[in-house]
Amino acid sequence: MSHTLTNISLKIWRQDGPDGQGRFETHQIPEISDEASFLEMLDILNERLIEENKEAIVFDHDCREGICGTCSLMIDGQAHGPQKGTATCQLHMRTFSSGDEIVIEPWRATAFPIIKDLMVDRSPFDRIVEAGGFITAPTGGAPDANLIPIPKPVSDSAMDNAACIGCGACVAACPNGAASLFTSAKLTHLNVLPQGQSERFKRAESMVETMEEYFGSCTNHGECSSACPKEISIDAIAVMNTDYRKSKLKNRKSLSRK
Amino acid sequence: MAQTLSRGPVTGTAVKAPGKKKPFVLDLYGTAVGKKYVMAITGLVGLGFVITHMIGNLKVFLGPINEDGQRVYDIDIYGEFLRDLAVPLLPRTYVLWGLRFVLIGAVLLHIHAAYGLTQINRKARSVKYQSARDYQIANFASRSMRYTGVIVLLFIIWHIADLTWGSTGADWSRGDVYFNIDQSLSRIPVALLYIVANIALGIHLFHGVWSLFQSLGWNNPRFNAWRRNAAIGAAALIVVGNVSIPVATLAGIIEFDDTVVSVHDLHGSGEEEGADE
Ligand code: HEM
Ligand code: SF4
Ligand code: FES
Repeated sequence: MSHTLTNISLKIWRQDGPDGQGRFETHQIPEISDEASFLEMLDILNERLIEENKEAIVFDHDCREGICGTCSLMIDGQAHGPQKGTATCQLHMRTFSSGDEIVIEPWRATAFPIIKDLMVDRSPFDRIVEAGGFITAPTGGAPDANLIPIPKPVSDSAMDNAACIGCGACVAACPNGAASLFTSAKLTHLNVLPQGQSERFKRAESMVETMEEYFGSCTNHGECSSACPKEISIDAIAVMNTDYRKSKLKNRKSLSRK
Repeated sequence: MAQTLSRGPVTGTAVKAPGKKKPFVLDLYGTAVGKKYVMAITGLVGLGFVITHMIGNLKVFLGPINEDGQRVYDIDIYGEFLRDLAVPLLPRTYVLWGLRFVLIGAVLLHIHAAYGLTQINRKARSVKYQSARDYQIANFASRSMRYTGVIVLLFIIWHIADLTWGSTGADWSRGDVYFNIDQSLSRIPVALLYIVANIALGIHLFHGVWSLFQSLGWNNPRFNAWRRNAAIGAAALIVVGNVSIPVATLAGIIEFDDTVVSVHDLHGSGEEEGADE
C-alpha cells in the first residue's frame, strides 16, 4: 500500500559550471509518495523550480532501470544512496522517512570534473576502455556459440565482471579516488576468457597505466565494492594486480624479440 | 578548481607504443600498482621481523638459566647468539648487520612508497566531499594507516635509542638485555609508550596483513575466507606478545636479580667486543 512521506528537506549541491564556486541549497519536499523513485522526486522538485522561474537542478540519468550507468549522486555520504546493489535510479523514497534531511552531492574526483550542479564528466573511463577494454575480433559471420568451450566458473566470472555499467560509484566511494574496481572489472571480464588471451598482457599494461594517469591508488579499503550497483567483487582488483605484474615481464620479453 | 572537459587522444588500440624501458623493478616501482607491491613486500619483511623479534623478546620470561654452573639470563645469551650468527663462517656481528641493513632498507622503501601513494591519492581528489561521508567497509585501521605508520616509525627510532644505544636516561649496560629492559620499562611513562606504540602497530597490521594479499594478487577461493583471520591473528599475536613485557615489568614479574652473572663474565669476553655492536 502506498504511503505519503512528508516534510523531506533536501540539501543539494549547486554549481554554475566547471569553475563555479558551488554551494549547498536547501529545498523542501512537503509531500511525496513512497512509491516515487529518488530521481522522480528530483523531477517533481525541478518542475516546481521551473514554474517558479528558477533554474532546474542538473543531474545525470538515462535508462532509469539500472543498466546504463548514467545516474550518479552521493546521497547522505553514500554513492548511489543507502540501498545496496542498486543504482540511484532504482532507489525509492520508501527507503527514507518523513522529516528526513537528505544531502545530495556530485561524485568528487579530480578526474571527474563537475559540469554543472550534480553532473560530472566521466570521460576518463572512456580513455581506460579505449586503452584495451575490447578484443580484436575477426569480422565476418558470427561464429557458433559453442565453438570455443569455456568452463562454467570462467564464464561466470567474466559475466560478473562484465556487469559493470561504468557509473563511477567506485571512484566516488573510494577514499583515494581510485578507479581500480572499474578498471579491474573491465580487464578481468576479458582476461579470463579464451578470446581475451592474445591481448591479455598488453591490455593489462595499457589499461592500468591509463587508469593511473587520472585516478588514485588502491588501499584495499573495499569501499568501492560496497557502493557498486553491480556488486563487483574486489577479487577483480587482485586479478588486475597479478596481470599487471606479469605484463611488465611478458611485454618486456616480447619486446626484446622485436 | 581548474577543470578541463576536453577529450583526450583516442588510442583505439591495446598496443602501447614500445618505448625505451627502465629495468623491470624501477619500471614497476614507477607505477602505483608497483608501489603497492613494494609496500606489501617490505611490509611482509617488517612482519617477519616483528614476529621474530617478539619471540626473541619473550625469552625475557624464561628468566635466568643454568649455563656451565652459573646463572645467566636466557635473553642475554640470546643477544650474544644474534651477534654470533654464522660465526666462524663470518666474523662476529656481520650477519646481524646484514639483517639490520635489510630492515633499514625495507623501512625506507615502505615509507617512500607510502609517501608517493599518499601524494597520488591526495591529487586524485583535489576537492573533498563537502558533506559527511558514511563509510560502509573502510574501517578505522584502513583509514589511519598513515598515522599508525608514523607512530610506529617514531617509536622504532625511540626504541633503538632506548634499548640499543641506552641513551634515554635509564641505567644501561651493553649486552645486559634483561637488566636494560627492567631499568627502562620500570619507568611508567616509558612502559605506557611501549604499550601505545604496540597497539598502533597492531592496528596497522590489522589492515596491512589483510591488504597485502590483495596487493600481491593473492586472491584464491581456497584461502580468501582466511585472509581477514590471518590479519586479526597477526595483529593480536603482536599486541599481546609485545605488550606483555612492559606490563610484566610494571607488575614486578620482570625484576633484575643482581646475583645473576652477566653474559660478558660468562664468556670471559669483555668490553672490547662491545664496540662492534
Ligand atoms: C615505519 C613507519 C611506517 C609507515 C609510515 C607505514 C605506512 C604505511 C602505509 C601508509 C600503508 C598503506 C599504503 C597504501 O595502501 O597506500 C602501509 C601498509 C602496510 N604496512 Fe606500513 N608503515 C610503517 C611501518 C610498518 C611496519 C613496521 C610494518 C610491519 C610490521 C608495516 C606493515 C605494513 C603492511 C603489511 C602493509 C600493507 C601493505 C599492502 O597494503 O599491501 N608497516 N604502511
Ligand atoms: S565497478 Fe561498479 S561502481 Fe564501478 S563503475 Fe562499474 S558498476 Fe559502477
Ligand atoms: S539511469 Fe541508467 S543506471 Fe541509473
